[in-house]
Amino acid sequence: MSSEDRARTDLLPANASYESVSEQVSSIVLKKPTPRSWKFSFLIGLLMLQALLLGIGWLFAYGVGIWGINIPIGWGLAIVNFVWWIGIGHAGTLISAILLLLHQEWRTSINRIAEAMTLFAVACAGLFPLLHLGRPKLFYWLIPYPATTDMWPQFRSPLIWDFFAITTYATVSLIFWYLGMLPDLATMRDRAQSHFIARIYGVLALGWRNSARHWHHYQKLYLLLAGLATPLVVSVHTTVSWDFSVGIVSAWHSTVFPPYFVGGAIFSGFAMVLLITIPLRRVYDVKDLITETHLDKMAKIMLASGMTVSYGYLMDAYQAWYLNEPYDSYIYTNRFSGPYDYCYWALILCNCVIPQALWFPAVRRSTLFLFGISLCIQVGMWLERFIIITLSLHRDHLPSDWAMYYPTIWDWALLVGTGGLFLILMLLFLRLLPSISMSEMRELVHQKGGSNP
Amino acid sequence: MTQLFTPAANSLMRSALGCIALLGVGTLSTMLIAARSPFMTGQDRIVEQPIPFSHQHHVGDAGIDCRYCHQGVEDSARAGVPSTQICMTCHRELWSQSDMLAPVRNSWQENRSLRWRRVHDLPDYVFFNHGIHIHKGIGCYSCHGDLSEMPLTMQARPLTMQWCLDCHRNPQQHVRPRALVFHSKPLKSLTSTNPFRDALSETKPEHLEAETSSAEIKLLQTQLAKKYKLKSRTDCYTCHR
Repeated sequence: MSSEDRARTDLLPANASYESVSEQVSSIVLKKPTPRSWKFSFLIGLLMLQALLLGIGWLFAYGVGIWGINIPIGWGLAIVNFVWWIGIGHAGTLISAILLLLHQEWRTSINRIAEAMTLFAVACAGLFPLLHLGRPKLFYWLIPYPATTDMWPQFRSPLIWDFFAITTYATVSLIFWYLGMLPDLATMRDRAQSHFIARIYGVLALGWRNSARHWHHYQKLYLLLAGLATPLVVSVHTTVSWDFSVGIVSAWHSTVFPPYFVGGAIFSGFAMVLLITIPLRRVYDVKDLITETHLDKMAKIMLASGMTVSYGYLMDAYQAWYLNEPYDSYIYTNRFSGPYDYCYWALILCNCVIPQALWFPAVRRSTLFLFGISLCIQVGMWLERFIIITLSLHRDHLPSDWAMYYPTIWDWALLVGTGGLFLILMLLFLRLLPSISMSEMRELVHQKGGSNP
Repeated sequence: MTQLFTPAANSLMRSALGCIALLGVGTLSTMLIAARSPFMTGQDRIVEQPIPFSHQHHVGDAGIDCRYCHQGVEDSARAGVPSTQICMTCHRELWSQSDMLAPVRNSWQENRSLRWRRVHDLPDYVFFNHGIHIHKGIGCYSCHGDLSEMPLTMQARPLTMQWCLDCHRNPQQHVRPRALVFHSKPLKSLTSTNPFRDALSETKPEHLEAETSSAEIKLLQTQLAKKYKLKSRTDCYTCHR
């Protein structure tokens, strides 16, 4: 009991009141000047975004031949990046939906950022399958609509399940994020210093007046949406994994894929939340709202999901051995002793070895270490997708087909470019919208029995 | 502090949301309708030709058989466009001084083909074969319309994949006796012709006079479908290789 009390106080500044919490969060947007580091990052983001525009423009002009893909490696970096970005989004849904239903109070100060991260990551991810279409202008063929060809998408293909999984995910995440923000947008409206800005937030707040009836409806809907979003945490990346495991490529055709993809998604998602919150705490001085306790808990989830991922690698290897099937075991030995062996060992180092440092409480509370480990995990998770996709294809059953895959500058341009898109969207979000949920923080102050105004 | 919004704000917001919804629905339905309209499908479109050739005159008035000019239609993929020589078999004598036919005579003298332009143009990834359609008793009329009524040749049907599939799913609705395949009129206006009566009496010897013509057509088509071994062909491979 006493330890729980201490944990509660750890989530808030000692003298927190309703007023101080609202002031601290809203002043980031309404009062404080734009920090120099924000401007610098925005410039970097804009430069990276140019790579995206250039990469897409060149792609539209010359087609997917500008990438490094070939036969037999038909899925290259575009699909690697797609799976990587989609995975990153998962932490947001986990934090906002599952942790809400489990009454985990520590989610309150990070859920808004995590949800925004989800949205922006899905936006980046969604670009890739469309760009990967040979004829991107016909992307709408993915949508079932009454066409003059009398044709419908192939509903037995995981690629169309993927389309539905991702559009559902994007829609639910957007509604959840916006709904959760309504009371805060009203707070921003009331605290805005100019009439014009107040009107903008006023329109966005959709007439929220903090009445008991509003709150009654709001909380019901919020819980309902959380319930709706909960299966999505598991289903979206499961569907993405079906893109592979439903196929008959030797290293893909495996039932372990869905759980180990979902574990990996949560792993990289939490790493991304940490990568965003650690600089945020520093720049905007919200260390007392996003405390070391928050970082500690996220690190623990990261450790747990990291172990799931390691278990997945182990089972993959075990199955390849246990099947006693020469093609499967060849593909596996090719991973750790073939031409891409450095990728495999870097993956093991980044995803299995380095995260073990999180067992130590001191590491979990050190922002420097956490930041470094999170970066390693992002690299590791990207390598994991690269290995699953490229290494399973580059040496297929016909040795005369064997080839190497080398990404071209246009492959990298899209990865860097989506990074820029993500950065820009995130920075705009931090600058223009309340990045920490004020209403939920006030609720936390109330529950803690803090000083009332 | 003054009020942020006037009392009209709520109605304004609601109507704006309504307009956005309407705009979305409107745009979508416009696109779906436009895709089926002659504007997009090219139905009823008249293609300009080097000579204003009239099928109405040659088929309707003169009664020339399709195969006289389109020689490949029965046993090859393409019906074929007539060479200048075929035009000149008649026009050496008829209208031999006409200004309208000057391009034909030039083509003949310079030994250079006339550049006729395709009216029924399917995409290049569609493998259409005239021969099999003719062989299975599908009349020219079904795809090309009544050419004996066309002073200038136009695209008679939408030629969308949906339209192709309508017949490929149920080809029986367009079958006619082989003897009437090259007849330019719809089958329902041919019930009193000899070839129709012959074909009908072949399938149903104790033919009853009292039956309506549409029932007769249905009966005949059912029998012909069996006789010509018509099958529904909707495999991708039927048309796309």
